[in-house]
Amino acid sequence: MCLAIPGRVIEIYEASGVRMGKADFGGVTKEICLAYLPELQAGEYTLVHAGFAISRLDGETARETLRTLEELGQAGEERDDEVSG
Amino acid sequence: MKYLDEFRGGPLARRLAAEIRAAATRPWTLMEVCGGQTHSILRYGLHQLLPREVELVHGPGCPVCVTPLELIDKALAIAARPEVIFCSFGDMLRVPGSGKDLFRVRAEGGDVRVVYSPLDALKLAQRHPDREVVFFGIGFETTGPANAMAVRLAKQQGVRNFSMLVSQVMAPPAMEAVLAAPGNRVQAFLAAGHVCAVMGCAAYPPLAQRYGVPVVVTGFEPADLLSGILRAVRQLERGEAFVENAYERAVRWEGNPEARRVLAEVFEVTDRSWRGIGVIPRSGWRLAAAYREFDAEVRFDVGRLQTQESPLCHSGAVLQGALKPPQCPAFGRECTPRTPLGATMVSSEGACAAYYRYGDFVPAGSVAASA
Amino acid sequence: MEWTCPVPLRDYPTIVMGHGAGGQLSAELIEHLFLPAFRNPALEALADAAVLPPPGGPLVFSTDAFVVRPLFFPGGSVGELAVNGTVNDLAMAGAVPLYLSAAFILEEGLPLETLGRVVDRMAEAARRAGVQIVTGDTKVVERGHGDGCFIATTGVGVLRKGVDLSPAAVRPGDVILCSGYVGDHGMAVMSVREGLEFDTPLQSDCQPLHTLAAAILEDPGPVRVLRDPTRGGLASALHEIARKSNVGLLVEETAIPVRPEVRAACELLGLDPLHVANEGKLIAVVAPEAADAALARMRRHPAGEDAAIIGQATAAHPGVVALRTAVSATRVLDMIFGEQLPRIC
Repeated sequence: MCLAIPGRVIEIYEASGVRMGKADFGGVTKEICLAYLPELQAGEYTLVHAGFAISRLDGETARETLRTLEELGQAGEERDDEVSG
Repeated sequence: MKYLDEFRGGPLARRLAAEIRAAATRPWTLMEVCGGQTHSILRYGLHQLLPREVELVHGPGCPVCVTPLELIDKALAIAARPEVIFCSFGDMLRVPGSGKDLFRVRAEGGDVRVVYSPLDALKLAQRHPDREVVFFGIGFETTGPANAMAVRLAKQQGVRNFSMLVSQVMAPPAMEAVLAAPGNRVQAFLAAGHVCAVMGCAAYPPLAQRYGVPVVVTGFEPADLLSGILRAVRQLERGEAFVENAYERAVRWEGNPEARRVLAEVFEVTDRSWRGIGVIPRSGWRLAAAYREFDAEVRFDVGRLQTQESPLCHSGAVLQGALKPPQCPAFGRECTPRTPLGATMVSSEGACAAYYRYGDFVPAGSVAASA
Repeated sequence: MEWTCPVPLRDYPTIVMGHGAGGQLSAELIEHLFLPAFRNPALEALADAAVLPPPGGPLVFSTDAFVVRPLFFPGGSVGELAVNGTVNDLAMAGAVPLYLSAAFILEEGLPLETLGRVVDRMAEAARRAGVQIVTGDTKVVERGHGDGCFIATTGVGVLRKGVDLSPAAVRPGDVILCSGYVGDHGMAVMSVREGLEFDTPLQSDCQPLHTLAAAILEDPGPVRVLRDPTRGGLASALHEIARKSNVGLLVEETAIPVRPEVRAACELLGLDPLHVANEGKLIAVVAPEAADAALARMRRHPAGEDAAIIGQATAAHPGVVALRTAVSATRVLDMIFGEQLPRIC
């Protein structure tokens, strides 16, 4: 129910007293509302849903997760080879 | 795209699937709650990579599918009014009410507009002070903050010609309803990652303990879904039942405190009727008293509406994971995307639509499920 | 390009009902707006019908109507669409496009300047495609009934020698080629649609494809069919072929060229690039032994620089288009019902 995609904050400003910004989604930019992430800085990544930034994406955690998955995956590759080999 | 592409790689997904195959020694039934997860699973064909032992059933995490028929009929009646500009997410446009859908209302002259964000609807209200702008505020907790902020800003900025037709539902009560239903087969949940990004994870330990089901907070990309499934299967194999976060880059245990603060201010918990399921106590939100003037149900008196659900529709059973869409007698016959009987066939992430679109496809010689 | 209003038209800065009524206002519109833009002898004869020389081969005939909102979008307008759309229909049939007619349905209140700009774009597109707009018509509808400007174009061309194309001609083993990046047009238009706007360098890919088709048809024998994937996107075009030839088609998701910006815009709005409209791309299905040569011919042409082999026809699952996804699972590539709508779920 929740199509939220990662975007990089490229601009932050205020409009009618609300914290707004522009995010870059892989080459496409759109205005988003940053009211729910008052600490988010330009250059950081966030998940955006229906025009609102709802969660900060943590780069270090993402890298950690990928590393763990890749390791899990290594074990999987060996099994895959066993099965098909 | 960063933070997406890395989690979509084919080789990584296949290796994770191999791990799942190795981990599962007995049959297990898992439910992914979120319609977006259902869509992703079927769109990538992830369920084909799973071993026979692991069965995925699809949950009621489709706010479009569970919006009560009466509310859809109210939306249609409001949208048909000449003074109204009716704004909605695209998802709702083809959902059948008791006889029409919003598309048909537009064809008949209603001013129905698709927007990306409720803030777009608010802007329209500011630009057209002579019209009444109504926004169809559907959603699970992920969309709550957006809908709440639109109403809050309307009040702050005195935009009197704006109102919202609210259909906000909550995931944990729905999960509990599934677990408590007689004949429930679900043994573990993949909790909706973006709901948890907003609300945090505190609602799930009681469920895990009371019912003995693992709950793994899971994302939406192939690697996320497969790692969520793997973690759930490992817990099941070890006889464990606790809450795990497999979507750590986006979800913190406490969620988004600022969002929860505004949600608590603008909404209050209420009993809600779920289309196809019935009333689940304290499972939805309505506007709190201080914001009730922006409630479109209050502002527009559309009278008592006679609703009529098709007797052939089994959406409710599908939403609770009790029936797979192809098992429904009407699937592909009376009920198709062109002639949907219920919302699960219309919504882009309704299970029936997903099965119809993507088919249960086995390449070697057999034909896909789409009739 | 700036459009300056010719003196006799300046009394009426917007279209009025009279412009479609066949009287003086209509005549002035034809003489001072359409004629100067489309300049050619057949049109200037101003008869009720254009008299044209006989074609040097089988006549190919096609019609299409063009409706787009907004009228002007990044990379084009309804004008270029109206010309290239019909030119491309003729090209997909294997014809050399020759002549077009253009019927305009205009909304009362349409600024004349807007019409002038659209017509200029049509004229430029026609010149670029080497076709002449030889006859036409204008009608005006009351305000609130027309979305500004609808254009219907009908085109005639002559079939190239040795060409025998049909969507029913595809056989198992035939190779599917795509001429380039899909989804550009639909997303470029979406980027300026009210309520959904986003900033992007994306432009519509609207262009004539007849010279690209000619390049592919240099060796016409092995070419089964050409199809331009317009509304409904790549998926719809593939569906038509699968159905009419009663073969299965299997395409590789990772082989289909999609620009990163199109992918990103689709992610943002929850759309599938394979269902998004194109206005300057084609699919070619060719016999397997000729596939590499056809690909090379496409890549040598400016409109086919990014051409790729995306899949092939199979005897399995006749009538069904299957997609091998990024994780190497296979699923049905469906055809959308109606318009693809942005979603949040």
